[in-house]
Amino acid sequence: MSDTPRFVDRLRYSRFWPMLWKEFIQIRRDRLTLGMILVLPAAQLLLFGYAIQTDVRHLPTVVLDESRTSESRALVTTLMNSGVFDPAGEVADRATARRALDAGTANAALVIPPEYGREVAAGRTATVQMLVDAADPQTAGAAISGAQLGAQARATQIIAERVSLANPLDMRVRPLYNPAQRSAVFIVPGVIGVLLTITLTLITATAIVRERERGTLEQLIVTPIGKTSLMLGKLVPFVIVGYVQMTVVLTMGWVFFRVPIVGSLPLLYLLTIPFIIASLGVGLLISTVARSQAQAMQLSFFFMLPNILLSGYLFPRMSMPLPAQFVGLALPLTYYLKILRGLMLKGTGFADLWRPTGSLVVLAVLLFTISVRRFHKTIE
Amino acid sequence: MTAPATQGPTVVTEGLRKVFGSLVAVERLDLTINRGEVFGLLGPNGSGKTTTIRMLCGLMAPTEGRATVVGFDVEREAERVRTRIGYMSQRYGLYDDLTAYENMRFYATVYGLHGRARDERLEQHIAEMGLGERRNQLAGTLSGGWKQRLALGCATAHEPEMLFLDEPTAGVDPAARRDFWASIYALAARGTTILVTTHYMDEAERCQRLAFLSRGKLIGLGTVDEITTQFGQPTIEDVFIALQRKDEGAHA
Ligand SMILES: Nc1ncnc2c1ncn2[C@@H]1O[C@H](COP(=O)(O)OP(=O)(O)OP(=O)(O)O)[C@@H](O)[C@H]1O
Ligand SMILES: [Mg+2]
Repeated sequence: MSDTPRFVDRLRYSRFWPMLWKEFIQIRRDRLTLGMILVLPAAQLLLFGYAIQTDVRHLPTVVLDESRTSESRALVTTLMNSGVFDPAGEVADRATARRALDAGTANAALVIPPEYGREVAAGRTATVQMLVDAADPQTAGAAISGAQLGAQARATQIIAERVSLANPLDMRVRPLYNPAQRSAVFIVPGVIGVLLTITLTLITATAIVRERERGTLEQLIVTPIGKTSLMLGKLVPFVIVGYVQMTVVLTMGWVFFRVPIVGSLPLLYLLTIPFIIASLGVGLLISTVARSQAQAMQLSFFFMLPNILLSGYLFPRMSMPLPAQFVGLALPLTYYLKILRGLMLKGTGFADLWRPTGSLVVLAVLLFTISVRRFHKTIE
Repeated sequence: MTAPATQGPTVVTEGLRKVFGSLVAVERLDLTINRGEVFGLLGPNGSGKTTTIRMLCGLMAPTEGRATVVGFDVEREAERVRTRIGYMSQRYGLYDDLTAYENMRFYATVYGLHGRARDERLEQHIAEMGLGERRNQLAGTLSGGWKQRLALGCATAHEPEMLFLDEPTAGVDPAARRDFWASIYALAARGTTILVTTHYMDEAERCQRLAFLSRGKLIGLGTVDEITTQFGQPTIEDVFIALQRKDEGAHA
C-alpha cells in the first residue's frame, strides 16, 4: 500500500494549508469582520430574544367601571386573569380613559356601562366596550382576541351559574413544544440560521472580492496553488467560524432563555452542513458578480432581506400570500429553519426531517455547482 | 535552483495575439528571451505590455499564437510553468493586513517550500533583500519603496527561473530604484531570466535587450545601441518620443 503515505504527504504539503493559515490571520486582524463574527451573534440573540417579543401580553389596561356591581368586578377579574391585559388603574370617566390611550400609558380601556349589572341580572344581553389602541396591528390583534375570549369565558360562566349546571364543554388547549409560548424559544433557532446566512454569504463574499480588488487574487492565480486549494482555503475558515457562532448561540440561548435542544445535537450539526454549502454557494456567487466590497455588501443585504421576511424566521409562512411562499421555497434558510426548530424544540428525528433535508441538499448542490463554475471562469 | 527544464531560450512566443472585442491589445508578437537575460519591454500606456506578461504567466489565454516559458507551453502546461516563474504585478499583490514576514512566508509555502528548509531560506532571503528591519511591520503600513522590495521578495523566495516584473519601480524614489536594480542584477547574475516593463528611460538603458511595443505591435527590438542606431536617435528616450509621435501622427 504505497498510496497511503503519498496521500498523507499530499495532504501535508497541500497548498490549502498556507491559504487557511493566512485567512485566519486576516480574520483575526480585520476588526470589522471580527466584530461581525463575535458581536453579531450576541447582539442578534439579545435583540431578538428580549426586544422583539412577537407574543403580545400584559397590555396596560385602564378600567372605567360605572356599574360597580359584583357582576362587573367578576368580568374585570376574568379579563385580567387571561394575561393579555394588566390593570393600569381605574378611571372616573371616558375622557380620562381616552387620554390614557392618547398618551400611551394604556393600550386598552375597558368601559362597563352603569346598567351592566342590572342587564345581566335580568338575563338580557349586556354590552361592554373595549377601547383598543390599534396603531400597532399586533397589539390590536392580541387585545381583540383577548377581549373576545375573556367575554366568552365570562358568558359561559354566567350561563352555567344561571341554570346551575356544570360547564357543558371544557376545551383545554395544551401548547406543545413551547409550552410557555415564549417567542425567544421560537426565535433563537432562527437566529442561528440568520447568523450563518450572514457569515457565510456576506463575510465570505467580501473576503473574496477584497482579494480581487487588491490584486492578490491575480497574484495567487500565478502561483501553483490549485483552484480547489484556493477556494477551500478561502471557504473553510468561514465554515469553522459558522460552527463556532452556532455553538455560541446554542449556549447563550440555553443560558439566557432556557431554549432547549430536545433532539439530537450531533444530528443538528450534521444537517447544518448542506445549509453551509448552500450559503457558501450564495456567497461565492455574489463574489463573482460584485465588482467592489461595497457592492458585495449591498448584494448580501439584498439577499438577507427575503431571508428574514419570507423564510418563516419572524412570520409564519402559511399566512403569507402565495407568491411570497414560492419565493421562500428558493431560500436555503426556509428548510434549515424547519430542521433547526424541529430538532431543537420538538426533538424530531431524521425520519421526519428528510423532506427539508432533501430539499436543502438539492438546493446546496445546485447553488454550489453554479457558483463554483462561475468562480472558476472569473479567475481564468 | 531547480535544473532548467530545457536548454533553449527561456521565453519564446510565436504569433502571440490578444484581442478584446474589437481592440487588438497584442498583435502577432514574436519574441525570444534568452536564459539569464534582463529584457526590457517598453511602450506607451495601453501598448500591450501588461497583456503580454499576463499571457506569459498563464493569467490570460492568448487569442491566437503560442508561447513557451521555461520550456513549457503556457496554455497546455500552465501548472509546470507556474512553479518555475515569479510575477510581480503592477499592483504588487501584497496582503496589507499581513506583516512583511507573513507575506513572504505565505507565498513561499504556496510555492512549495516547507518546514525548516523554508524558514532557513526565508532568513537568507530576508537578509539578501535587506528586509530585516521591517519584517514585523504590516505590509499595508510600508512606504512605496519597502512595498516594492517586499513584493520582489515574495516573487523570488522560491528562486524562480523566470521573473516577470510589471512596472516594478512606478512611484518609487531614485534611491529605492537604484537598490531595486542592484537586486535585479544580482538575480540575473545567478541565472534568473528577467522580463521587466518600465516607463523610465534610465532603467530601459540598464536592460541587455529591449522590445518596443506600440498599439500591441512590436516596432523595435535589440540592444540599446542597436535601437538607437536603428532609429537614428541619440538616446533611448529620443527613440521613445519619436516613435510615439510617429504613432500618434499615423492615427491622428
Ligand atoms: N481585460 C481587458 N478587457 C478589455 N480590454 C483590456 C483588458 N486588459 C487590457 N485591455 C486593453 O488592452 C490594451 C493594452 O493594455 P495593457 O494593460 O496591456 O497596456 P500596458 O502597455 O500595460 O499599459 P500601461 O503602461 O498603462 O500599464 C489597452 O487598450 C487596455 O485598455
Ligand atoms: Mg501595464
